[in-house]
Amino acid sequence: MRVSMDIELKDIPGQLLQALRPVSELKGNLISVVHHHEKRTPRGTIPVQLVFEIKPDKLNDIVSSLEESGIGIVRIDEKRFFEHGAVLLIGHIVHTDIQDTIDTIDKTGYAEVVDLNLSMPKINMASSASLKIDAVSKEHMESAIALLKEIAKKKDLLVIEPIKSIGVA
Amino acid sequence: MRTIRVSVIGFGAVGQGVARVLIDKKEYLENIGLDFRVVAVADSRTSTIDENGVDLSAVLARKQSEGVVGSEKLTGLEIIETIDHDLVVETTPTNIITGGVGLQNMLMAFKNGRDVVTSNKGPLAMKYGELIEASKAGGSRFRFEATVGGAMPVLNLANDVLAGNIITNVEGIFNGTCNYILTRMMEEHASYEQMLAEAQELGFAETDPTYDVEGIDTACKLVILANCVFGMNATHEDVTITGITKITPEALLLAQNEGYVIKLIGEVNDSRINVAPKLVPIDHPLAVGGSLNVASVQTDLSGPITVTGRGAGSIETASAILSDMISIYRD
Repeated sequence: MRVSMDIELKDIPGQLLQALRPVSELKGNLISVVHHHEKRTPRGTIPVQLVFEIKPDKLNDIVSSLEESGIGIVRIDEKRFFEHGAVLLIGHIVHTDIQDTIDTIDKTGYAEVVDLNLSMPKINMASSASLKIDAVSKEHMESAIALLKEIAKKKDLLVIEPIKSIGVA
Repeated sequence: MRTIRVSVIGFGAVGQGVARVLIDKKEYLENIGLDFRVVAVADSRTSTIDENGVDLSAVLARKQSEGVVGSEKLTGLEIIETIDHDLVVETTPTNIITGGVGLQNMLMAFKNGRDVVTSNKGPLAMKYGELIEASKAGGSRFRFEATVGGAMPVLNLANDVLAGNIITNVEGIFNGTCNYILTRMMEEHASYEQMLAEAQELGFAETDPTYDVEGIDTACKLVILANCVFGMNATHEDVTITGITKITPEALLLAQNEGYVIKLIGEVNDSRINVAPKLVPIDHPLAVGGSLNVASVQTDLSGPITVTGRGAGSIETASAILSDMISIYRD
């Protein structure tokens, strides 16, 4: 998951390095560091904004490590899902237990159906639905869609997923 | 001036397009030192042969008025076997079950050491490896740009123009009929059946549309791409295919609300060959409308390169054939 964190450093040498060390030691991926040297707080400390990716179970270790070093943590904002995707379904979506279809994704723990729009033109005609899925990472999104396709096959639903090159083009 | 003796085997829309293009571009071709002398033309029933060059305008006129190209009974295969010439332009209709007469024509051409330029997908989608081997054994040159994407350059783009790049993925719209139907369904909020009927009335879809709408035509083109660009030895049985017949106008509307259009997308890379309806962001280069084709070639050095153009049509397909003919003999 991606974590954005505001911390405060004392104005003595080596503080920034000390703040970043636990992130790298716990195999986090540092995305940005903004060091506001000119914006000193009333306490005389220097505000720093960190953004990094880390496995969810390691975040507490980072927090403790920073606290042990006497670094003040002002705010932690974790964003668990930062991959958003959309897929369409066509077929007898409701009659093939829509709750079960959604649950299969939600139960993975790494992806969730966050929005559903359903269009049912007439009884006995195929319905269409657009699903928005949030997932922990790109890879997890791919697994979630693969899982959805598996269920859809059993229920004779057509899954329409986005093209692959959205990210690169 | 270099004279190349040519046979045109198959005189439907594409064969006639080739004849027209050769007439229109005669002066241009002379300027680059090429004289394509058509010594034989065959359709499915008749043929016309003249060692000094067939009068193409007369053949076109006769095909228009009488439905035949000439009075001789020599078949295309016999022409390729017995008439002395350099290049066979093979434009017979595609048959993807057996490869059809096209396969026999191409093999006979290679057996006799003749070069082949073709627009016929069937033989290439069925027997790619065999054909390439036969062309090498005969010392023949073999070009088939027109089989994928009509006028839109894809094979020569990937293999020649982008030489030095590693191609990691190709995806795009390779069937104008499907693109037309999906585009119109979205515009009119109409059902698949209605827009198929419209496409048939306008001549964009065949009476039996299966081959286009079930994604088989796209699959054949992907097989050729997979073999020619990715060096695979695939046949159309290696392609996972989903067509467009189940797409609903409601699905197109829902997609539009999320900022997408639905297109029948063909995709080839090292790990898969796949045809399926996909969501394409409205502002993405692959989101072309009408009956256009489009291909995005993903390369290691240049990133994505996208081309779009008319995927079918008599003169458009003939343009791809002409460019293959020129590229063989220009040097």
